[in-house]
Amino acid sequence: MREIVFLLNGERVELNGVPATRTLLDWLRENRGLTGTKEGCNEGDCGACTVMVSDGTGARTLNACILFLPQLHGKAVRTVEGVSGPDGSLHPVQNAMVRHHGSQCGFCTPGFIVSMACAHRNGRSDFDVQLAGNLCRCTGYAPIVRAAEDAASEPVPAWIAEDCALSAAVAGGTESGASGMAPESADELAILYAAHPEAVLVAGATDVGLAVTKALQEPERCLFLGNVQDLKFIDVGPQAVRIGAMATFAEVGGMVGNMHPGFGELIRRFGSVQVRNAATVGGNIANGSPVGDSPPALIALGATLHLRRGNDRRELPLEDFFLDYGVQDRAPGEFVEAVSFPRQADRLRCYKLSKRFDQDISAVCGCFNIRLQSGRVEKARIAFGGMAGIPKRARHVEDALSGREWNETTISAARDAWERDFTPLTDMRASAAYRLEAARNMLVRAFLDDEGASTNVLEIAP
Amino acid sequence: MSVGSALPHDAAALHVTGAAHYVDDIPVPDGTLSLAFGISSVAHGRITEMDLGDVRSATGTIAVLTAGDLPCANDVSPSVHDEPLLADGKVHYLGQPLFLVAADTHLAARKAARIGKVGYNELPAILSIDDALAANSRFEEGPRVYLKGDVEAALAAAKHVIDGSVELGGQEHFYLEGHAALALPQDSGDMVVHCSSQHPSEIQHKVADALGVPMHAVQVVVRRMGGGFGGKESQASAVAVACAVAARATGRPCKMRYDRDDDILITGKRHDFRIDYRAGFDDAGRLVGVDFTQYCRCGWAQDLSLPVADRAMLHADNAYLLPAARITSHRLRTNTQSATAFRGFGGPQGMVGIERVMDHVAHHLDIDPLDVRRINFYAAAGKASADGASAALDTAGRTIQTTPYHMPVEDFVLHEMVDELEDTSGYRNRRAAIAEWNSSNSVLKKGIALTPVKFGISFTLTHLNQAGALVHVYHDGSVHMNHGGTEMGQGLFQKVAQVAASSFCVPLESVKITATDTARVPNTSATAASSGSDINGMAVRSACDEIRERMAAHLAETRQMSPRNVEFRAGRVLAGADEMSFAEAARECYEGRVSLSATGFYQTPRIQWDRIRGTGRPFYYFAYGAAVSEVVLDTLSGENRVLRSDILHDAGASLNPAIDIGQIEGGYVQGAGWLTMEELVWDQKGRLLTHAPSTYKIPACSDRPDIFNVSLWSKGRNAEETIHRSKAVGEPPLMLGISAFLALSDAVAACGSRYPALDAPATPERLMNAVNRMHAP
Repeated sequence: MREIVFLLNGERVELNGVPATRTLLDWLRENRGLTGTKEGCNEGDCGACTVMVSDGTGARTLNACILFLPQLHGKAVRTVEGVSGPDGSLHPVQNAMVRHHGSQCGFCTPGFIVSMACAHRNGRSDFDVQLAGNLCRCTGYAPIVRAAEDAASEPVPAWIAEDCALSAAVAGGTESGASGMAPESADELAILYAAHPEAVLVAGATDVGLAVTKALQEPERCLFLGNVQDLKFIDVGPQAVRIGAMATFAEVGGMVGNMHPGFGELIRRFGSVQVRNAATVGGNIANGSPVGDSPPALIALGATLHLRRGNDRRELPLEDFFLDYGVQDRAPGEFVEAVSFPRQADRLRCYKLSKRFDQDISAVCGCFNIRLQSGRVEKARIAFGGMAGIPKRARHVEDALSGREWNETTISAARDAWERDFTPLTDMRASAAYRLEAARNMLVRAFLDDEGASTNVLEIAP
Repeated sequence: MSVGSALPHDAAALHVTGAAHYVDDIPVPDGTLSLAFGISSVAHGRITEMDLGDVRSATGTIAVLTAGDLPCANDVSPSVHDEPLLADGKVHYLGQPLFLVAADTHLAARKAARIGKVGYNELPAILSIDDALAANSRFEEGPRVYLKGDVEAALAAAKHVIDGSVELGGQEHFYLEGHAALALPQDSGDMVVHCSSQHPSEIQHKVADALGVPMHAVQVVVRRMGGGFGGKESQASAVAVACAVAARATGRPCKMRYDRDDDILITGKRHDFRIDYRAGFDDAGRLVGVDFTQYCRCGWAQDLSLPVADRAMLHADNAYLLPAARITSHRLRTNTQSATAFRGFGGPQGMVGIERVMDHVAHHLDIDPLDVRRINFYAAAGKASADGASAALDTAGRTIQTTPYHMPVEDFVLHEMVDELEDTSGYRNRRAAIAEWNSSNSVLKKGIALTPVKFGISFTLTHLNQAGALVHVYHDGSVHMNHGGTEMGQGLFQKVAQVAASSFCVPLESVKITATDTARVPNTSATAASSGSDINGMAVRSACDEIRERMAAHLAETRQMSPRNVEFRAGRVLAGADEMSFAEAARECYEGRVSLSATGFYQTPRIQWDRIRGTGRPFYYFAYGAAVSEVVLDTLSGENRVLRSDILHDAGASLNPAIDIGQIEGGYVQGAGWLTMEELVWDQKGRLLTHAPSTYKIPACSDRPDIFNVSLWSKGRNAEETIHRSKAVGEPPLMLGISAFLALSDAVAACGSRYPALDAPATPERLMNAVNRMHAP
């Protein structure tokens, strides 16, 4: 068992024998007495526990409540206490928050400060996006955004700028933990996982984290994948795009956004910054959630899933991976290596429907890849989340469109096909009837968007 | 003078550095135990068995308490002793605490609390308003009714009559800091309790009863809360009492904080309502009579539901003179969380009722809703009523206009405010532009609405309108200030410190803000009903004035001059030819053996109220505001956004304009959230499904209006003699969010000719259904 080494607010920390699923939040508060980082929800939805984590690739925000200590090995962690300087001088965003009255009860404030400091460091000024993962119940956000805007032009303090470089000094060695193991390559992972198929794979921990903090599970064995460098890739080839399982949504968003802007926008609304910095494409597929947002888009793009067990590799159409609610076509010890999709002219349209635009799980997520030839539907690939127990293709609808003229008559004629494809559930997010109706309307929207109609409330200026 | 200055929150520098301590941040003694409740998994039933063997033997468990183990009162009710800390044989909602685990860690307590084996003999659960009506399940013997004039005659004679119904969902407080408490056993069985409560005296009282000790044996300290919004007025008792009884049972300090899911499952929320209405009016939209029936879902215990339901009735008029009115209120008992105080305390629900009527009337007559609102406004202070028929004249010939509960409205300022807002927001031009925009957009529709707020200020339980303070001046000139109000983020401590600093004419830095503490100021009221700065500010000023007068008297006496000529100015004291610093003056008074410590007390004047008959003057004054919201709606999905909001709010002569603006911005977004995206969903077994932020969505950063213009009314000045003529500002702005809801209704109305009859929360699903109704044949 090797130790975990990281920098905490610039100071080296070495830990031995901590439980693999000890969260950074609990450790900060209970072991280090650093109580500035708050527990608001313990599930990564409120951002009160936001910390900044840096390594050689940059600085990013993460939710400390669903971040396990072994994931921090070789990183530099900065909590709200470390956002101000070693001499106590305030960071520009801290001064601006005081000046603009950006705190009221103050409980969410440390999380906002860290998110703002990270955005400030990274030169980001899209504050609605950068702060979407931080909830505030008092201010209505206006003064917080004013503070962020005001601080944007001030220089990045030295103590923030140096974290990335300093993290290199602690890098090396591997993630570890009492019951954890940390492979450093896909080959190593393949061996370990084949030998321990009961192990829980921990990629970004945005899902496993909840199993620990909410379901109170104690996994016997965790395999931490953060060091599996050869699963962190995005290869844009002449024929296909191949995304490694450990690529995060933060990393993938820009690339797919360039090729398929609709997918990019979908990823912008996937979780929050903190979640996208942790969550991986492989995890989003492998956990098989019926409301994960990437599978519908990938299925619509004609994606292929690449699985590996030991030295055996196989691939299958992504939609075939999802067998039933909570059941995937994955053997014990088998893991997702990558997902790929063919290069193609962009025809993808993605529509995510939820009660709140940002950081909300989809009630319905519909993705349409409708290829036209001379005004007719040459080929349609349509896939949905939230409409069944699995991410699912709308094959009857696809059939009803194929070969027909791309117009409202064809869309109306396809009306009955929807019920053959989907029997959605009623739950706290939406009723079955609404889901079905909204899904149908998404096809109408896809057509209207082709026609150039204005259909997106997010694009309307006051 | 610091009063009126836009100073930052007193703890702003601590907030931004993470140095502000909340209950869970207080370092605890070694051996402190953590607690968790085992909760019921059925909504209604008798407990047939409770096998807690596994709980007791779980790793880390130190003690397990059930109702039978409690030493004295098993009661955390703020009203009628109907709310046991731990279920006593029967469970009344899904989530009710059954037993209490004390363990060596928070995680161990949570784990153990889940493995109790509890058997139930399930009983039919009453969940909905209709269930409760069918079973006649209610609090009080029957509905309360307020009457003004002959509403049936008025409706019979009316040129036009409409009727309708609106449903209003509840709202989870979602204070970012969940409930938390820490009990520290002291000598002789005394207990010190730190907790996150808006009502320390209530905690003191409930803990004392639970331990069987006098209140003097319990000291409750609250430095700050991470948000309250009413959710910590009565609901904080359970964790505090649990900590105290567990500390008594184990002899060890005990600490408890709810995990977020437990917090949402266990504690009460805003009351959901259905309001049925009939309204009669003339061709101009002038109301002649309105009949409201309010159905209020109170949950399983009475808690504060009666005054909440009362306040809904008291705001059924909002800003409008109702010549004849009947307001009937049903307080229904259901097997759900006991609904509780939430910013506005019933007022918002009552107000939505009449604003809905205004909107419906305007739609019926096809005139601008703003014109209907204005023609129905109460008359401006000192002006004749809009409706001479219903206005009497007093002996001096002034108009008397009364509310449905027969209180004269003497300070009405909305005519002037709404004129100003209509102008600054460009309301008329924008309405026209929206109509044009809608005619050329088939999928997206815009809507706009201007709604006013008139909110009554005072606790309707009259005796609560009192406050105490304790002020010391030390002989170095520094000032220690304490009062009964609690700080939950609203900036109360800073505002009151500004009052104290201004009283002594010293810099704000001279005034030390201290934690609310039942040992310093006794018998306090909850920091609620927006009353915090009104009553505590007055109490502190009274204590400061007392000390200042003693100082002036002493300084004058030693100089053979009149105390009236001793001046306190800009940190200096002028006594005849002598000028000295405030510190030197304090030192001289100390050496002259003058007491430099004083208590202050305040009782709100002019109020008296008969809540059964519905007559009197429940409120000292009214706070006013108005908002214009513009939205865009997607008719294919119901998704929507607030594009712009313009707000003009009356905070009187503001004690701190920055803090007041903050209350208004935050209140608006919270109110709009209540009526749009925040949806509580229970299943058919009474299980609340939306018990975490993953499923219960409060507004996020991008949900604030793109353009958000918020102003304090520059002419604001309280007609009553409040602290520096300011006005309460905590709750009233929440109701400005009604404008967003009615703007959405306006956007739906653009889809057809019917009245949209939109219910709240106006989620995308409800909005799309409303759009579909417009298109239905």
